[in-house]
Amino acid sequence: MSSKNLILRRIREALGDDPAQPDIPRDYRRGPAPADLDLLVERLVDYKAIVHRVSDISDAIRRIVGNGKVVLPPGVPVEWLPAEWLPAERSPAEGSPARFVRDDGLTPAEIAAADAVITAAAVAVAETGTIVLDAGEDQGRRILSLLPDLHICVLRPGQVVASVPEAVARLTPGRPLTWISGPSATSDIELNRVEGVHGPRNLHIVLVEEAAARS
Amino acid sequence: MTKEGTAISTHAPRGVGHLRGDQPFPAAAKVALADPQLRRNLQHATTTIRGKSGRVIAELPDWQELRSAGSALKAYTMANLPGLLEQLEEKVTAAGGVVHWAADAFEANRIVTDLVRQTGERRVIKVKSMATQEIGLNEALEADGITPVETDLAELIVQLGHDKPSHILVPAIHRNRSEIREIFLREMPGADPALTDEPSELAGAARRYLRETFLSTKVAVSGANFGIAETGTLAVVESEGNGRMCLTLPDTLITVMGIEKVVPAWQDLEVFLQLLPRASTGERMNPYTSMWTGVTPGDGPQNFHLVLLDNGRTAVLADEVGRQALHCIRCSACLNVCPVYERTGGHAYGSVYPGPIGAVLSPQLTGVEDNASLPYASSLCGACFDACPVKIDIPSILVHLRNEAPHPRSERAAMAAAAYTMDHPKLYERAQRAARLAKLLGKRGRGLPPPLNGWASSRDLPEPPAESFRDWWRGR
Repeated sequence: MSSKNLILRRIREALGDDPAQPDIPRDYRRGPAPADLDLLVERLVDYKAIVHRVSDISDAIRRIVGNGKVVLPPGVPVEWLPAEWLPAERSPAEGSPARFVRDDGLTPAEIAAADAVITAAAVAVAETGTIVLDAGEDQGRRILSLLPDLHICVLRPGQVVASVPEAVARLTPGRPLTWISGPSATSDIELNRVEGVHGPRNLHIVLVEEAAARS
Repeated sequence: MTKEGTAISTHAPRGVGHLRGDQPFPAAAKVALADPQLRRNLQHATTTIRGKSGRVIAELPDWQELRSAGSALKAYTMANLPGLLEQLEEKVTAAGGVVHWAADAFEANRIVTDLVRQTGERRVIKVKSMATQEIGLNEALEADGITPVETDLAELIVQLGHDKPSHILVPAIHRNRSEIREIFLREMPGADPALTDEPSELAGAARRYLRETFLSTKVAVSGANFGIAETGTLAVVESEGNGRMCLTLPDTLITVMGIEKVVPAWQDLEVFLQLLPRASTGERMNPYTSMWTGVTPGDGPQNFHLVLLDNGRTAVLADEVGRQALHCIRCSACLNVCPVYERTGGHAYGSVYPGPIGAVLSPQLTGVEDNASLPYASSLCGACFDACPVKIDIPSILVHLRNEAPHPRSERAAMAAAAYTMDHPKLYERAQRAARLAKLLGKRGRGLPPPLNGWASSRDLPEPPAESFRDWWRGR
């Protein structure tokens, strides 16, 4: 007998008493509830993410990145980038090196060599201070938000939901999903929370204010 | 356990894995109780987590409703386990994964070892996983010339310290910062001698040490927190990003999952993703959760294997009372509230599953005769029941298993005599007056002949009062 059949037979015989089929009580909060942006910011900050509430995305990115080198998922719009980063704006005489590189199948080493990554998100949960990436074109492969030490995530208010059940309902299970709550952290040494072990040590959230988001 | 259950169920086999200790709980506990450093570390750690967890649970107005949903979901899962497992297999296969079934630890280790061998690689990176610890996978891989590298900081501390994990969630909870620094300096190649014992510096040392290993290893082994039957999606909940490294960077991913970890539907994650982090680390949400469904072209491992593990779980399922131990989501809340765990630490339980849940799970997985002392490793205070996010009635299972455990004839006779005496008021009164016997018992068993001295040595009896209540009442 195959191990599969053996295990299934053992289970069926173990359940010989035909256990009751309980109804699942779903009387916990399931929404929809208004997404509280201030709560989201408070919870993100509590987990050591740095939040920028802005109307000008590219200006925020300029300030956060400084002189660092950036890797970009294929679908991040160029409008998010500071104008002087764009090739057309670069003066050939200065020979200034490219500020960003698009992921078109970069090697892990190339991604790890970048200082920062800029992504969008699929959904964010106010109550838990969580952003979720679903590998869409503006978020890219999972590896992109893993290796560079600085992760900048651009979030629009319409992507924010109040609670975990609302986020689960919005997501597509077949896609690779990464739920992120604050930067990488460990509590393994005397339960002291230390930011940054293996993932990005710095998480910046650029929360686009409503007026700018609509435009 | 039903007699039929005993006949068809197979417990976790001896000679492999980590479900049985070298010595019974009372003997192992004695060692821990004599170590003041260990007790200080444990007391600090469990008090800290209890505080954090209590605060974030209090933020949710519907915590009890979530617990009820979680409990019912688990009971539903167990009642429908065959169908859910077959659905999971079908969905994972359709998404490009390969599913293997392992009846016990030997078979699971062989499957994983063969899969690694087929890749031609000699090193694997590992995500912290209770299931692979349970089956002794690291030892099996090493015996085959394959090097397993633990990448969770605490597991790394344990591995470098040639030590054993002592807590489900924070395996190095028994070590303090200066002990960890010493382990790193002694065992970690390239560790900077100027390393201090600041937690951030120690974490930085681990980051530097493991980075190149992450980037150059082609096979990873993980466990799974949840496997969703409806969609074939697997989920791993973690904090450090080592899990994401292992689940994303290698070419091949092998996930070992106990059959009880299956979850019926995608929607059910809305319950467990609220219960687990708050009960476990006392966080509103853990820093990272990864979910994947089979293979995604161009993103992550292109070869995915899921190993479904029995190893005694069907034996647990056969016990109508004990089967709810399989509802455990490995949050470790019961450890952190347990007065016995807080004083003895995890090693005393002799199994990878310590604390109250270990005291009910390990004896059922191995057969109660192989872990006969564990159902007694509890004061039955009930704190574990209150803390459990899926409402496992651990005290009731403990009492149930005490009845299942083999008892020495002399103990059974003594207990029967005590029960008879307490049932007969006249006899009881006489026994109370003859409290000199109790005084003898009180001398830590030295006053009794074997084997009763063994029974009494682990129990503290109060000094008998000078006058019994009945005597006092009569004399008023």
